Amino acid sequence: MKALMFGWEFPPHILGGLGTASYGLTRGMAQQPDMHITFVIPKPWGDEDQSFLKIIGACNVPVVWKENDWNYVNSRLAGRMSADEYFWLRDGIKYDFTRIGTDDLGCINFSGRYPDNLVEEIGNYEAVASVLAHQLDFDIIHSHDWLTYPAGVFAKHISGKPLVIHVHATDFDRSRGNVNPTIYAIERRGMDEADHIICVSNLTRRTVIEKYGQPEWKVSTVHNAVEPLADVDSFTKTPRKDKVVTFLGRITMQKGPEYFVEAAARVLQKTDGVRFVMAGSGDKMNEMIDLVAKRGIADKFHFTGFLRGRQVQEMLAESDCYIMPSVSEPFGISPLEAMQVGTPSIISKQSGCAEILQHAIKTDYWDIDAMADAIYAIVKYPAMYKSLRELGREEVNNIKWSDAGLKVRAIYDKVIAERR
Amino acid sequence: MRNLCFVFQLHAPYRLKRYRFFEIGQDHYYYDDFQTEDRIQQLAEQSYLPANKTILEMIKSSNGKFRCAYAISGIVLELLEQYAPEVIDSFKELADTKAVEFLATPFAYSLAAAYDQHEFERQLRLQAEKVKTLFGVETKAVWNTELMYSDEIADTVAKMGYKTILTEGARHILGWKSPNYVYNSSSSNKLKVLMRNPKLSDDIAFRFSDYSWKDYPLDAEKYVRWLSEIPEEEPIVNIWMGYEALGIRQHPTTGIFDFIKAIPYFAMERGMNFVTPSEATKKIAAADSIVAPYPISWSGEAKDLSAYNGNDLQQEALGKLFAVSERVNLCQSVLLKRDWQILQSDDHFLYMNHIDAGWTNYESAYEAFINYMNVLADFLQLVDEQYPTTIENEELNELLKTINNLEKENAELEAELKKAKRAKKA
Repeated sequence: MKALMFGWEFPPHILGGLGTASYGLTRGMAQQPDMHITFVIPKPWGDEDQSFLKIIGACNVPVVWKENDWNYVNSRLAGRMSADEYFWLRDGIKYDFTRIGTDDLGCINFSGRYPDNLVEEIGNYEAVASVLAHQLDFDIIHSHDWLTYPAGVFAKHISGKPLVIHVHATDFDRSRGNVNPTIYAIERRGMDEADHIICVSNLTRRTVIEKYGQPEWKVSTVHNAVEPLADVDSFTKTPRKDKVVTFLGRITMQKGPEYFVEAAARVLQKTDGVRFVMAGSGDKMNEMIDLVAKRGIADKFHFTGFLRGRQVQEMLAESDCYIMPSVSEPFGISPLEAMQVGTPSIISKQSGCAEILQHAIKTDYWDIDAMADAIYAIVKYPAMYKSLRELGREEVNNIKWSDAGLKVRAIYDKVIAERR
Repeated sequence: MRNLCFVFQLHAPYRLKRYRFFEIGQDHYYYDDFQTEDRIQQLAEQSYLPANKTILEMIKSSNGKFRCAYAISGIVLELLEQYAPEVIDSFKELADTKAVEFLATPFAYSLAAAYDQHEFERQLRLQAEKVKTLFGVETKAVWNTELMYSDEIADTVAKMGYKTILTEGARHILGWKSPNYVYNSSSSNKLKVLMRNPKLSDDIAFRFSDYSWKDYPLDAEKYVRWLSEIPEEEPIVNIWMGYEALGIRQHPTTGIFDFIKAIPYFAMERGMNFVTPSEATKKIAAADSIVAPYPISWSGEAKDLSAYNGNDLQQEALGKLFAVSERVNLCQSVLLKRDWQILQSDDHFLYMNHIDAGWTNYESAYEAFINYMNVLADFLQLVDEQYPTTIENEELNELLKTINNLEKENAELEAELKKAKRAKKA
C-alpha cells in the first residue's frame, strides 16, 4: 500500500497541533510492514525524521520547465533532494504554471507557515501536486486539513486514485461559528470530492455531516493518540507551598480563556494556597489581563507568554492541574500531554478528546461553577489528585497511534475495494 | 426434604444534591428530595407494589406454605412512609400472614461493619426498632449490607443475640463446600450462617430475560427441576435477590411475576418446602463451620468489598467519614447524627467506582467524589464546631467512658435509693 499524503507541518518545526498529529499518525501507520508513505510538505527544514517515511518538499519540486545543468542543480539542491529526482519530477510538468513566480529551478518559494497570502500559497501547492500526481506511483491520496484539500483533489483528478481527507479542524471550530466564506468553500469542495472523510472526533464528524452536508456513510471518526514521551521521567515536580493550576495554549476565542479566569476567581474567593497560570499568547491576552485585574486576583494569577519546545512539558509537569476550557476543540492533544507527565486534567465537554478520556474531569466550557469545583477538589483532596494522576497516565499510555493507524488502513482498504 | 429460602432485599439512598465547594459552611441541607422521591416512586410502582401483591397471593393460595423474608433498610422504610405509604400497608398485610420474616439490616445500608463495630450495632438496632414499630415483629436474623460477612462481624452479631446471619456463597470462602447447607460461624458456635446460592439466585435476578443465555427461556417448571436435581443430602437452597429484580431489572412483560407465582405450585408438587432464614437455622443442623478472616460480600466478581472501597477515591471518602465516628456520637444534635447515618449509605461509594457505578446519577466517579467530599467537608465542619479536631480521640474516649460510667453509677444509686425507701416504708 503506497499512500501519497499532503500535509502542511511536520516536526520539529511546527506551529500547531496539525504537525504533531501528522507525525504521530504516519509513525503509527508505518508500523504496518507493507505501508509506504510519501509525505509532502511545503517547506522542509532538512532535520525532519525520515526514518519511517519519505518527505518531499514542495519547494523543491519544479513546476515550470527550466533547462539546467545536472551539476548546477546538484549544487543548488544539496542536502534537500537529489538532482536525479529533480530531473525525473521535471518530466511530470504537464501544465503551464509560468503565471506563478518561480526561481531559477522552476520551483516555488513556499513560506511553510500561515502567511497573509495563504490562499495563494494553497493554490501554488496545488500546482506542485499536479507534478507529483503525474510522476509518483501510489494507491491512495490522503490530505491533512483544509490547506491541502485542493492539492489532494487535483491529484485525484489527474491520477484517478481515491482521495481520503483528514479533518483536524473545521472553520466552525476556529471562528465560533463566524465562518470565512473562502475557507468554507475550500473545505466544502474538498469534502465533496473526497471518497472518504476522516474526522478526529465524533464532535467534528457531526460538524462535517451537519454543516458541510456530507452523507453519514462517507464520514468516519479516528481519534488522535499521543506519542509516548521518551524522557518522561526527566520532567519533575518541584514541591511548592502553593498549588499551580495551568491553562496552556493560544489565548484566543476558541480556547475559552475567560472561563478559566472566572473559575479562578471563584476558587480564590474561597481558598488560599492556589495560583493560576495562563501560558501562551494570542489576540485575547490583553483582554484577559484586564479581566484578571478587574476580578482583583492579579496577585494569584500569572501570565508566562509563549512557551516553546521542552518548556511546554516542563510547565505541564510543574502544574497540579491542567485545564482546557475550549469552546470548540476538534480533538485537543494537550490534555493527553499533561496526563503523560502525570498532571490531572479538566477538559470541556466540547472537546473531542473528552470522547476517549475517562480519567479526566469533564465540564461544559461555560460551567465555571463545575470547573471551579473540580479545581478545588483536585487541589484539596489528595485522593482525587492521586487517582487522576495515576489512572490518567495509565489511560493515556494506552492510547496508541498504531491503533489509529490500523483504523486509517481499514478505511484505505475499503475505499480502494469500492473503486474496483 | 428440600427447603427453599427466598429472601428479597430493598434499599435506596437519599440522593445528594449538586453541592459546590463554595456552599461549604453556608448550606447544611445536602439532599436532592426530587431525585430521591423519583427513584423511590419508581421502585414502588414498578416493583414493590406489584411484587408484594404477587407474594401475598402466593402465600394465600398456598395456605401459608409459601414463606419468604425481607431485608429492608431503614432508609427505605422511611422513604416509603413518606412517599409511598401504600407500600408500607402492603408489607403490613404480608406481616399479618405470619409467613414472612423481616430481617435486621443496617439502617442506612452502611459499610460500618467493616469500619466501626459500634456504629454497625447502632444501625442494626435502629432498623430493628423501625421494623418493630411498623410491623410489630422482632428481627432474628441479620442481612448485613451487601451480604457482608467476616469472623469479626459474626462475633458482633452473635454478641447482639442474633442466631442467624446471611451471606454470599462466595467460592473463595466455601472452596469445595456447597452453599446449600447450614453452617456455623467459626467465631461463635451460637451463630448459624446461611449462604446464598449465586447461580440459582442470579438466574432469576439477572439472566431471566437474557436472550443470549443458553437456558433462555426459563420457566418455573424448568427452574424447579434444576432445584430437584441438586444432590438429595443438601438440605436448603437460598434464593436471594434485590427486590427490584421483580418488575425493574426483569420487566413485567418478561413474565417474571407469573414465573415467581408458579414456583410454589411446581415446588410443592415435588415435595419441596419453603422456609424463612430463622426457621431454616432452627430446623436444620449445621454441617460445618465457615472461616472468613476478610469481609466477603455478594458484589462483583471478587465477592469482596472492592466495589465500595477498592480505589483511592473511595478509601479517602470512607476514611474521612468514619474518622469522626466518636465525635459524632458525643454530639447532642439529632440532625447531625442523622446526616452522618445517611452519608454512610454504601451507594455513595459505589458511585465512585470507575468501572461499575450501579444506579449512579453522576457522569463519572470523579464527579461523585467531588460532590460527596464537598458535602462531607461541610458536615465535618459542623462536627468540628462541636468537638474540635484538636481534641484527640483518646481524650474523647475517656470522656465518653466517664459519661457512661456516671450514667451507670446514677442508675445504681437510684436503685439503691428505691430500695432504701422501700425498706423505710416496711
